Amino acid sequence: MAILEVKDLKVNYGLIKAIKGVSFEVNEGEIVALIGANGAGKTTILHAISGLIPKQAGTVTYCGHDITSTSAFKLIPQGLAQVPEGRRIFQELTVYENIQLGYFTGKDKKDYDELVEKVYSYFPILKERSKQIAGTLSGGEQQMLAMSRALMSKPKVLLLDEPSMGLSPLYVNTIFSIIEEINKSGTTVLLNEQNARKALSIADRAYVLEIGKITMTGTGEELLNDENVKKAYLGG
Amino acid sequence: MSTIIDGLSLGSIYALIALGYTMVYGIAKMLNFAHGDIIMIGAYALFTMMNLTGSPIVAIITAIVVCTLLGIVIEKVAYKPLRGASPLAVLITAIGVSYLLQSVAQIIYGAKARPVTLFSLGTVKFGEVTLSLSALVTLIVCAVIMVGLTLFVKCTKIGRAMVAVSEDKAAAQLMGVNVNNIISITFAIGSCLAAFAAVFYLLQISATSPTLGSMPGIKAFTAAVIGGIGSIPGAMIGGILLGLIEKLCQSVTALSPYTTAIEFGILILILLVKPTGLLGRKRREKV
Repeated sequence: MAILEVKDLKVNYGLIKAIKGVSFEVNEGEIVALIGANGAGKTTILHAISGLIPKQAGTVTYCGHDITSTSAFKLIPQGLAQVPEGRRIFQELTVYENIQLGYFTGKDKKDYDELVEKVYSYFPILKERSKQIAGTLSGGEQQMLAMSRALMSKPKVLLLDEPSMGLSPLYVNTIFSIIEEINKSGTTVLLNEQNARKALSIADRAYVLEIGKITMTGTGEELLNDENVKKAYLGG
Repeated sequence: MSTIIDGLSLGSIYALIALGYTMVYGIAKMLNFAHGDIIMIGAYALFTMMNLTGSPIVAIITAIVVCTLLGIVIEKVAYKPLRGASPLAVLITAIGVSYLLQSVAQIIYGAKARPVTLFSLGTVKFGEVTLSLSALVTLIVCAVIMVGLTLFVKCTKIGRAMVAVSEDKAAAQLMGVNVNNIISITFAIGSCLAAFAAVFYLLQISATSPTLGSMPGIKAFTAAVIGGIGSIPGAMIGGILLGLIEKLCQSVTALSPYTTAIEFGILILILLVKPTGLLGRKRREKV
């Protein structure tokens, strides 16, 4: 059963057609990766799903509801969260205040405490740094904070945009193993990633995006072994 | 000593107005040049209610309600449709709203200044020094409001959402924050502070006219820029600093005619040395 379904999505930036009719689906419990080069339109698709930018055409269905024109902030309490590209944590607030904001739409104190414990168990370093101003964290720690913030809304579906961007290989491994863990605990994941090898290695299925169109799809393993994908995205 | 208290009290009025500018700028990224005129409308609300009821309490409450609602309505009608438009369009609109409010006041009340006496408080003596009680009350109430506002922004959910919206609107939406609501709340708070400013300003000048808001508006805007626009403590410091400078200059006969020139001169100096204002930070451009 598809928990998230995108049909014939078209997005324009002025005269530029960024997304030219893209359809795909994400089933409950899966990790689905969107891979593609810079400028292929991966981020645009995630922004369109989250309601951050207007869509020219197409529909987005989430849990059986049409969310094509739902405002971004209304999707969070429905369990559709996004960790945006470049982390976009609130630099002036402390680590803890950032995490708190992740629970903005929630109201239950006990539920809140449990969630905080849970994200601290994923990322113990954040507990140590809870009083630190978020802008002073390293890139990897900021990525952890951005993920924690999104997890605080108890997402059913988590959209992750370039979680490995700008991180050292060590952090990339940590982040990816936590993505797998989050997925095992019941969260469906849609992952945008330039690091195709890494993304395909954890993805159940993947779509290859080229200049606004999906050109290929398959299981993570199929694509890892595909000659064209190898040539274009895995460095031969 | 009494000059210092007068300066602090005038400064805290500037600070109240500057907070309105700075909060709206921080969150909506726009300069609300109609802010001074909201004070003027507040002053006319005080004038009308004093004439109708004679009760300062009723008048003050009316002014607060009128200003707060006016702030929300202006944002909804004039600024909200321009969200995402070029900053210049928004700026021109704000100036337009400013003239609109002044003209409306002039049509209803005429161009002449109207006397308003809310209440007179007299003076108190501490040993040798005589202090104006209204200056003391102004100072104390403004201090309470500023502490309250700081706590509100630091410690409440809405306050943190305001910080989040001011930093990154899209990321705030991804936390489930309704950005439009937060902007409305910000306008409401700023305009409510303008009502308080109207009360204290009238205690000092005892008359209202359609252009009442222009000068304190410009001075407070200067204060906000001196403090670093967008920064709440910056607005407070900038306001107090400007008030002190103004009263100190006025108390020295030789400097008194140049008061305003000195104030803006100091603005220019501060901006030359620190272009972002005293507490302003450079925001990194997002790529």
